[in-house]
Amino acid sequence: MDDLYREYILEHYKHPHNNGRIENPTVSHEEYNPLCGDRIVMDLLIVDEAIQDIRFMGEGCAISQASASILTDEVKGIPVEEAKAFSKEQLLDLIGIPLERNPVRLKCALLSLKTLKVALYGANNIQDNDLD
Amino acid sequence: MIGQISMLEPAHLSIFDVVSIRRVFPILHQEMNGKPLAFLDSAASSQKPRCVIESLEDYYRRYNANVHRGIYKLSEEATFAYERARGKVARFINAASPREVVFVRNATEAINLVAYSWGDANIRAGDRILLTVMEHHSNIVPWQMLAQRTGAKLDYIQIDGEGRLVLEDLDRLLTEQTKMVAVVHQSNTLGTINPIRMIAERAHAVGAVMLADIAQSAPHMPIDVQALGVDFAAFSGHKMCGPTGVGALWGRRALLDAMPPFMGGGSMIKVVELDQSSYAETPNCFEAGTPAIGEAIALGEAVDFLCQTGMEQIHQYEQYLIGQALERLSEVKGLTIYGPLSVADRGAALSFTLDGVHPHDIAEVLNVEGVAVRAGHHCTQPLHRLLNVPATTRASFYLYNLPEEIDRLVHGLEKAQRIFA
Repeated sequence: MDDLYREYILEHYKHPHNNGRIENPTVSHEEYNPLCGDRIVMDLLIVDEAIQDIRFMGEGCAISQASASILTDEVKGIPVEEAKAFSKEQLLDLIGIPLERNPVRLKCALLSLKTLKVALYGANNIQDNDLD
Repeated sequence: MIGQISMLEPAHLSIFDVVSIRRVFPILHQEMNGKPLAFLDSAASSQKPRCVIESLEDYYRRYNANVHRGIYKLSEEATFAYERARGKVARFINAASPREVVFVRNATEAINLVAYSWGDANIRAGDRILLTVMEHHSNIVPWQMLAQRTGAKLDYIQIDGEGRLVLEDLDRLLTEQTKMVAVVHQSNTLGTINPIRMIAERAHAVGAVMLADIAQSAPHMPIDVQALGVDFAAFSGHKMCGPTGVGALWGRRALLDAMPPFMGGGSMIKVVELDQSSYAETPNCFEAGTPAIGEAIALGEAVDFLCQTGMEQIHQYEQYLIGQALERLSEVKGLTIYGPLSVADRGAALSFTLDGVHPHDIAEVLNVEGVAVRAGHHCTQPLHRLLNVPATTRASFYLYNLPEEIDRLVHGLEKAQRIFA
């Protein structure tokens, strides 16, 4: 746990980056984890095939909210195609805490990525087992 | 104060020897994350005493055979033990006869059995089914599905600020159209113990049938289904020191006898022809296929264990624990308890939130401290929506929990507050 709640995770949780809504988003999507009640809604402003702005609102545990903060930092300003290719391994690397053997917390950590991917691909074009 | 149980306890608790009880639960004697395991999640599933574990092994090692079939010694022994377990379970809840006890997988299956078998035969469009907002999903979804099949409507009894049912609403909610009233005896989230007998009397007054979900009460207090005045009762073995995969539906004989089968297959038949069949008598007609034989026998062993310990003694001891927990937790700043704040009519499951720390994070911090609790919605999403929280943390107690474990819970919560301050 002391591994789980490293200072920068808590920092992202308490002061999340890119928190809020975008007034006229190109696309917006909300995901919910029924197991623990975590919720993330993400707004994206896409200009010239790139994510010009991205913001999220949510409620949930430290891992889920810090993950959204870290992920939105990472994909802000990059081409949509690049964001689409962003993998769960990349996100877990960025989060940097050992979650491999903790499937419940893994779901918390990946909720933000699922929200982003569904926003970018549309719900029907996403393979759930890529993210679960 | 906590921990010195012998010094401050009334006489009936001094004879409750929790240390000896803990000795027969092998799983409790281990560390979790380097700390002694404090298992505070018995409302989800209880731990098992050695006699239950050995009973399972004894069956599989010594007399494993299918029941109600073989004309050989092993099968006869298995059948005898399986039926004897039915008798033990029947006595445990004071059923009028073992024939009123149907072995199922769990309380969920028991309720589904009633919703399909009794429900499809008795519920028509326009009929009403009365539930409460504190029900576990297992006592909501089967009735929703029945309502969707039949065109019946669902009504819900609301709760007040302390998580007790608003019984004044019964006047309005119980009508001639009400055909089924299904209520949880003890809420798995709020801990509230509901006045089942009174609700059953009111239900019967309008001609409705009453089902009690006793999954959370049967492990913790003496149960007398006849005194409760209900028509059906559902519970799970794994929450009462028994194995997973076995539970029971109790129903009044006249009701069970009039119900069509639930699942078809082996064991539940009398004569099978190519185009039709006749069915076995109650309860066999509801036990299609090979049942969980070893598990049912081990559930009988769990019932023996609980009875030897004394259900009233277990209840009293848990009342003491929950009283201590309520007192200690109410001292934690920023902590909100959901459910009754006094011990009266309250069982040993306690859900709470802590300002600034998500329930998941609380559970994670406690995990590192060796304290196992549940975080989430505890299969009561409508209740959590009503409480306006996405999730809660739940600590639940059983006969093997120590007063010191409440201390460790509180210390863990204080640690979580420090981390997230």
